[in-house]
Amino acid sequence: MKATNNNFTIHVATVNGSGSQTANTTLLRAIFQMGVPVSGKNLFPSNIAGLPTWFTIRVNERGYLARTHGNDVLVAMNPETSLEDIAAMGPGSILILNDGVPAPRIPEDRTVYKIPFNKLVEPIVADAKLRKLVVNIVYVGVVAHLLGIDPQEVDRALSAQLGKKPKALDMNRAALKAGADYAAQNLKTAPFRVERKNKTEGKVLIEGNQAGALGALFGGVTFLSWYPITPSSSLAESLQSYLERYRRDPKTREATFAVVQAEDEIAAIGMVLGASWAGARAMTTTSGPGLSLMTEFTGFAYYAEIPAVIWDIQRVGPSTGLPTRTSQADLLSTVFLSHGDTKHVILLPASVEDCYLFGMRAFDLAERLQTPVFVLSDLDLGMNIWMSDPFRYPDKAWDRGKVLDADALAKVSTFERYRDLDKDGIPYRTLPGTDHPLAGYFTRGSGHDERAFYTESPETYKRVMDRLARKYETARGLVPPPVIDRAPGAEIGILGFGSSHWAIVEARDMMAAEGLATDYLLLKALPFTSDVAGFLESRDRVYVVEQNRDGQMAALLRMEYPELGAKLRSILHYDGLPIDAQSIVDQVREREGVLAR
Amino acid sequence: MTPVETNGKNRIGLTVADYRGAKSTLCPGCGHDAITGSIIQAAFEAGLEPHRVAKLSGIGCSSKTPAYFLSRSHGFNAVHGRMPSIATGVSVANRSLTLLGVSGDGDTASIGLGQFLHLVRRNVPLLYIVENNGVYGLTKGQFSATADVGSKAKSGRVNELMPIDVCALAIELGCGFVARSFSGDPKQLRPILKAALSHRGTAVVDVISPCVTFNNHEGSTKSYLNVKEHDAPLHDITFIPSYENIEVDYEPGESREVTLHDGSRITLKKLGEDYDPGDALHALQTIHHGRQEDKFVTGLLYADPEKEPFEQDLRLVDSPLASLPLERVRPPKEVLDEVMSALMTGKS
Repeated sequence: MKATNNNFTIHVATVNGSGSQTANTTLLRAIFQMGVPVSGKNLFPSNIAGLPTWFTIRVNERGYLARTHGNDVLVAMNPETSLEDIAAMGPGSILILNDGVPAPRIPEDRTVYKIPFNKLVEPIVADAKLRKLVVNIVYVGVVAHLLGIDPQEVDRALSAQLGKKPKALDMNRAALKAGADYAAQNLKTAPFRVERKNKTEGKVLIEGNQAGALGALFGGVTFLSWYPITPSSSLAESLQSYLERYRRDPKTREATFAVVQAEDEIAAIGMVLGASWAGARAMTTTSGPGLSLMTEFTGFAYYAEIPAVIWDIQRVGPSTGLPTRTSQADLLSTVFLSHGDTKHVILLPASVEDCYLFGMRAFDLAERLQTPVFVLSDLDLGMNIWMSDPFRYPDKAWDRGKVLDADALAKVSTFERYRDLDKDGIPYRTLPGTDHPLAGYFTRGSGHDERAFYTESPETYKRVMDRLARKYETARGLVPPPVIDRAPGAEIGILGFGSSHWAIVEARDMMAAEGLATDYLLLKALPFTSDVAGFLESRDRVYVVEQNRDGQMAALLRMEYPELGAKLRSILHYDGLPIDAQSIVDQVREREGVLAR
Repeated sequence: MTPVETNGKNRIGLTVADYRGAKSTLCPGCGHDAITGSIIQAAFEAGLEPHRVAKLSGIGCSSKTPAYFLSRSHGFNAVHGRMPSIATGVSVANRSLTLLGVSGDGDTASIGLGQFLHLVRRNVPLLYIVENNGVYGLTKGQFSATADVGSKAKSGRVNELMPIDVCALAIELGCGFVARSFSGDPKQLRPILKAALSHRGTAVVDVISPCVTFNNHEGSTKSYLNVKEHDAPLHDITFIPSYENIEVDYEPGESREVTLHDGSRITLKKLGEDYDPGDALHALQTIHHGRQEDKFVTGLLYADPEKEPFEQDLRLVDSPLASLPLERVRPPKEVLDEVMSALMTGKS
């Protein structure tokens, strides 16, 4: 797509650990403050300092937030990657090069600006180490001038971040000015620019992990145990800082929560199960390798029926894989996580708002269903910056499920932990500490009957397993339903989930503009609700878009609806970068036999 | 000296029968059943409220035993070697509970060694009993990691690997209560268990508990006869709960006393050399020498009653986290507004 005003991407190539985050956030926020929708995506290495890192800002007046194929503005600060970075830029693009970075011969149809960044920053910062950090702000000044970003907005965005550090703010302001002045004196402005609009009024910019943390906070989490792992750590850390701020008494310093950094993911899920069994609202956060370690305990929680909330911020596997890249490939292994017959409830957030809502909802579902509930986010959603409407305060109380306290026990003659009294597959539980002679029971992962007594009886085992399957049926009516968007004249359907949503939305518009209308089902949870079958039935061909190699969601759909399996076509994306709209359009076109115009 | 009233009831009006559980399914004569008996008696004498106790275990013969005592309490039979993480979660969620954990040598010293050490390191309030027989019973007689060097298996194989001493590891990690006992010595075990239940942090009690089926033959160091012969008690132990005002008459220099955080006292009557359970280095030395001399040194090996429990570190509110109402855990709307406004402006 040709870059136009308010419709382009800025790609900044720096070195990890060089402090480019402040610079990039300033640029992103300044454009956002001009009323133009933005998204920010970090492409970073599994490294603390020294390796290349990229930040891509998408500026899009129509509000498309997905990654795009190719970039329009390059800021090349890193000599290690500049040759490749420059070579990747297409006709019509703008290249802002740090003077002296290696550069190939650049075709005439690109606009090249060579900036003596190091010279510009020298008079501002005496300390050489500090200079490496502040130099990034100089490019903000240059880019802002070239693209017509209001200097006042840039200053506002910078002071929002550094307002509490006046010395740093002054130094960075000087760097901004040096960049802008240089550009004003020496450079022609770019062929496309940012124009002030009013499309970000009242919106927020937030990462999915932070949004999930807010959900947990307002969902009344009381226990978090976790083991550090990218890309989930920022969820746990963000939650911990919110909890410290809002759930610790400012006078007594007493907390209504506990956060425990576990020794590994096995212990993390173990602590969650212990806490949840005892009545806490307990959760853990992890990513692929950690999820693998939680396998045995997950089966335990399923069979012994203990609530648990487990966030998996998916990264690229198998094994260590690409720890800092995104994927949706944990789906199948999570649905059936454990040996033996299990199937789990899974929430699939597509947006930061979903992360917030599911951060609360996951607890209600886990406690209502007495089972582990997984929230499958991913690195793109979790660690990148998304624009959203502000989140709404919950208008409902929490659901703590079927728990019998001493008063309730006083009204019954017997209590059997695993008796299906309500015929919905969900039994009643009691919490340790309940002062009633009937309250106690014995939780175990071995074969048990309705009274929670040990048994190896074939009939009883089967009866319990059938009830658990019935409980999964009950879950269908409780999980968030899909969102379906019908288009007039659509012959084909698209089914997607999670962060793929944004590329799908854009792809549908692109295809519609070419006359190819599509219906769309955005899946929000497993098990599938009845709407899913209806959607599949209504179209001859349904394209299932997912970010994994084997079409895992399509496989689950085929398992569930074998008679509809022939309608499914997979659109797959699994290189570790977030999926983009063009890839979807190209694949659908090819399969539908539609030629690009 | 038992705090039992004459009518067979303890101080909260319960009888011994109220502390029993289901019938054991272990082999007749199993050391673990003797420990179960001591747990029942100790819980009865201590006047524990059954509903305030959570029984926890892992996997193995020993881990089956929580079903055989305190049937009114909630029980949690976890996965193999992971009881410590369950215990940590339970303890943090409801600090008003008394946690009683039972594990074995395979469960603790092999598959669960990592979790065991981290439990001790955090000082989670819990009585952690290791029913230690040096052998895997449920899977029919393989060596465990606590098997002594030179000990012979039923199959004839001899163990050449160093045993893992859970007491020494616990002391090394600053555990505030470390004791070793013998399933065949209830007179020593019971006061140790009662004292451990009064301790405010992790209490590790390693109980040598011979396996009558797979490790009771000649050549096994953990056979009943061999343990009986090589049991080397450090002292005679008496436990005096905080609610009893009893003085024990010993000649000066004959005994030592350890006062626990709740005011209860442990009196240690000298048997041989004077032993100071407050000296970690000496405790490790004693364990080491005992092993060199093929002796099982039993008694209160180490005590640091004032060591801060995990909850203190977390600075939790007094009410159990598990029972906090919604209004205490869901911040008001103003908080969300404040956060949202910061996300609009980018101000931190």
